[in-house]
Amino acid sequence: MSEKKPIASPALFKQISDWFMTLPHCQVLGFKFGDAHYGCMTVCLPFKDELIGNPATRVIHGGVVTSLVDSTSAGAIYTMLTELEAIATLDLRLDYLRPAKPDFPIYCTAECYKLTKQIAFTRATAYQDDINDPVAYSVGTFMRNSVREVPS
Amino acid sequence: MSPPITDFASLSIAVDAVPYAKLLGIQSREENGQPLFFLPFQAHNIGNTILPALHGGVIGGFLENAAILHVMWASEVQSVPKIIDFSIDYLRTGRPEVLYGQCEIIRQGKRVANVLMTAWQDDCSKPVAVARAHFLLA
Repeated sequence: MSEKKPIASPALFKQISDWFMTLPHCQVLGFKFGDAHYGCMTVCLPFKDELIGNPATRVIHGGVVTSLVDSTSAGAIYTMLTELEAIATLDLRLDYLRPAKPDFPIYCTAECYKLTKQIAFTRATAYQDDINDPVAYSVGTFMRNSVREVPS
Repeated sequence: MSPPITDFASLSIAVDAVPYAKLLGIQSREENGQPLFFLPFQAHNIGNTILPALHGGVIGGFLENAAILHVMWASEVQSVPKIIDFSIDYLRTGRPEVLYGQCEIIRQGKRVANVLMTAWQDDCSKPVAVARAHFLLA
């Protein structure tokens, strides 16, 4: 991306990103807001022992990366919206490219590269010190204007 | 290396040895000779306070843990399988209730296993999510 476009509605995005960071599961994992511009958001996840997936190697569990990618990808969509709406993850695919180094934060930069009336298409990179040497790469799709489903 | 999972009791011990599995609160038991994983509801697994709903990452992380442990149980390997890729389809909102998960090894070769996972709540014919993953075994 050559030029960073401003967030569509900074007030709406702030409301949403503040809310995201206070969500119980985002707090328990320890998400920290990083950066955002139109179509793009970065979230930081500091290392902590509770997130370890393999005690022998102290590598963070892949499931933690799934949470980070899901939240950041959803956040990237809100940089493009001007009105509040609910969105729901339809699917998410993650490729785990290398184990994360213990004791260092993981960053996730997500991009919404296509927004249609009903669907948002996202891609995200999880990395540590170099975005060109990622820990994981992900693509996802989200449903816009999702409403609460009444289980039948 | 971790102790081999040879029975359902050692499966529970293995679950407790994974810090992230403990953080989520994952438990396991036997059901028809297969491991059944379950996640009792905990407030800190909420990802949407308005609905309210479980965080999508919690459902994904729960299934990913279940798949790793299922592979370890099925193959009695000592090393923790390494995840290559993971793909999840979210089918229903995860309500603030217990979540169940079961896995099926679709194909296991010498180096790679392909695992299918299903998560549901009160009715196993109405899954909350389905996922598939590849694991590197050695």
